[in-house]
Amino acid sequence: MKHVTFSAESLKKEFNRRVIFDAISFSLHEGESFVIAGRNGSGKSTLVKILCGLLSPTRGSVRVNVEGKEVAPDLLFRYIGLISPHFNMYEEFSGIENLTLFGKIRGLENNIVHDAEELLRQFNIFERRNDEVRTYSSGMKQRLKFAAALLHRPEILVMDEPTSNLDEEGIATVRFVMEQQRQRGILIIATNEKDDLKYADSILNLDEQRPAKSSS
Amino acid sequence: MKSATAKIGLVVWLTLVISAGILFPMVAAPQKWYELPIIPGLEEKARIIFFHVPMAWTTVVAFIASTIYGIRFLMTKNLDYDLRSVSAAGLGTMFCILATVTGSIWAKFNWGSFWNWDPRETSIFVLLLIYGAYFALRSAVDVEEKRATLSAVYSIIAGVTVPFFIFVMPRIMTGLHPGSKGDPQGAGPVVQFKMAPNMLLVFLSSLLGFTLLYFWMFNLKVRASRLEFHSQQPQE
Amino acid sequence: MKDFSAPAIHIFFKDSHSELRTRYAMNALLMFVVTALALVLFSVGNEVVGTDVLSGILWVIIFFSGMSGLSRTFVSEEERGTVVTLQLLSRPTSVLLGKLLFNFVLILSLNVLIAVLYLLMVSRFVILTPSIFWVTIFLGSCSLASSSTIIAAIIAKANTKGTLYPVLSFPIMLPLLLTVMNATRLSTEGAAFSEAFGEFQILVSYTVVVITVSILLFSFVWKD
Repeated sequence: MKHVTFSAESLKKEFNRRVIFDAISFSLHEGESFVIAGRNGSGKSTLVKILCGLLSPTRGSVRVNVEGKEVAPDLLFRYIGLISPHFNMYEEFSGIENLTLFGKIRGLENNIVHDAEELLRQFNIFERRNDEVRTYSSGMKQRLKFAAALLHRPEILVMDEPTSNLDEEGIATVRFVMEQQRQRGILIIATNEKDDLKYADSILNLDEQRPAKSSS
Repeated sequence: MKSATAKIGLVVWLTLVISAGILFPMVAAPQKWYELPIIPGLEEKARIIFFHVPMAWTTVVAFIASTIYGIRFLMTKNLDYDLRSVSAAGLGTMFCILATVTGSIWAKFNWGSFWNWDPRETSIFVLLLIYGAYFALRSAVDVEEKRATLSAVYSIIAGVTVPFFIFVMPRIMTGLHPGSKGDPQGAGPVVQFKMAPNMLLVFLSSLLGFTLLYFWMFNLKVRASRLEFHSQQPQE
Repeated sequence: MKDFSAPAIHIFFKDSHSELRTRYAMNALLMFVVTALALVLFSVGNEVVGTDVLSGILWVIIFFSGMSGLSRTFVSEEERGTVVTLQLLSRPTSVLLGKLLFNFVLILSLNVLIAVLYLLMVSRFVILTPSIFWVTIFLGSCSLASSSTIIAAIIAKANTKGTLYPVLSFPIMLPLLLTVMNATRLSTEGAAFSEAFGEFQILVSYTVVVITVSILLFSFVWKD
């Protein structure tokens, strides 16, 4: 397993001067999983975006260290896999086209097509790999997102509401991915489902974090 | 106390400059220090230089200030710089309209029509368009931080493309403005004047007065918009 | 440099592939060009119109056609919710360069098409110095692509995307539009190639300046 540390230092985010959350700090190492719990609208998705480097925090910073080397903020995406409702596939392309496209843009060195097919098999969409994504059911789209997020074997896997749109079988696959990621690196899950909490080494509850009223 | 003296001083200064600009007689052969020379073809209409040009100049100052505050906002992400940037742009728009209107009325009497697409008219028109676009963009973005970021980026892009007019215009249009006729250097948007010393003095004093007036108004506007900004309840 | 250009090329291929499959921008652009040309031909009729007016009309058609389709490249990512996807795949600069290349190819092919149609259909529009004309079309496409791309990135984040695009673009593009109109006029007057050097210099430096500033500022626009 690679040596990875992920730390958030006193993160604060405001939108239109309304404080979404404040003073969020935590530190994770490889093999650990972390759950961000909270109701809808508690700022889970916003925090996820900040952790992935997609949104800049009002204050504070996210630091990632891989094998003893600090990762530059603009290169964070290389080490992160994200599954989120905001992370969509190109619907006019087929499943396999999406995955190979992502591999090429990322500049992956390994055999992209082989890896992609392997993942599509794992997530049970191999038969439909040549169909356009727009014809997929929402469960299939969700499974394709998993394949897309794992293609570059990320050190840090971030899941925002991972079990939405999935049936029993799909949820079992998600559990398997979670276990697998804990052996590979860091797992971060944002959820409001109680079932997900038992996969956590530590939990951050945003409902409790939320400050009463903002100043400044 | 100190600022009160400065403000009273500025009021007195501008009163003197405006009176001088309007009242100093224009004669064919100036003898006394207050007598301005007659410029053939312009006569009394030449007086506009004391008011119209400083307005145009202030527009440019405001435009540059707005862009610089935009850059500083992007560097610091401090919304106060955005307040300053938008205040500068607001004043710039006002001075821009004043310069356009005064110039246009003057053009009707001197050149025979309100609008002639002379290089300087075109440049002020472009500035007006940029200000318009800047405020249109701002009203189309809801999140304050995003609005500040996008409008700062836009004003920087506008700030680097506008100077191209200096090279473009002389190739396309001939200048009508005093100081540009028969003078290839003068056909750009920047005016070069050859003036009698006392006229130059009034002109420069007016330029200084208007610039200081702009900074005073800017200061007031920033403070007013800060109050407005902080008294607003954060949106739920 | 390869770090930026390789992903940019793949983003360009992605956009072209997607465009060829969906024809979102292309159909709209083609219809716009046909409509605008038809309108010009109707309104000109049998009137005798000077070549400098005709050079102007050519670029009016080009400007508004571009405005109808060039914002697609960013707006479509925003509408499909694939902004996050792209953000997670590569650096902002690569995205910008990929989109820039796509817009350049799109507007160059569009401009060549408009120019050919215009030359065929407007009989009074005769080019005496073809070298000036085609270099102008090429450099004009470069500079139009440079400013239209960054403005498209800005308006993709705003609420009223469609109407805002020409409003924000026009003052930024005016120096280049005046320059290409003047260069086109020179080509109809049979000027020597060297006479248009000044125009070409302006177009090249405009492109370089706008692209440089875009690269510096794009990440502010692109990141939420």
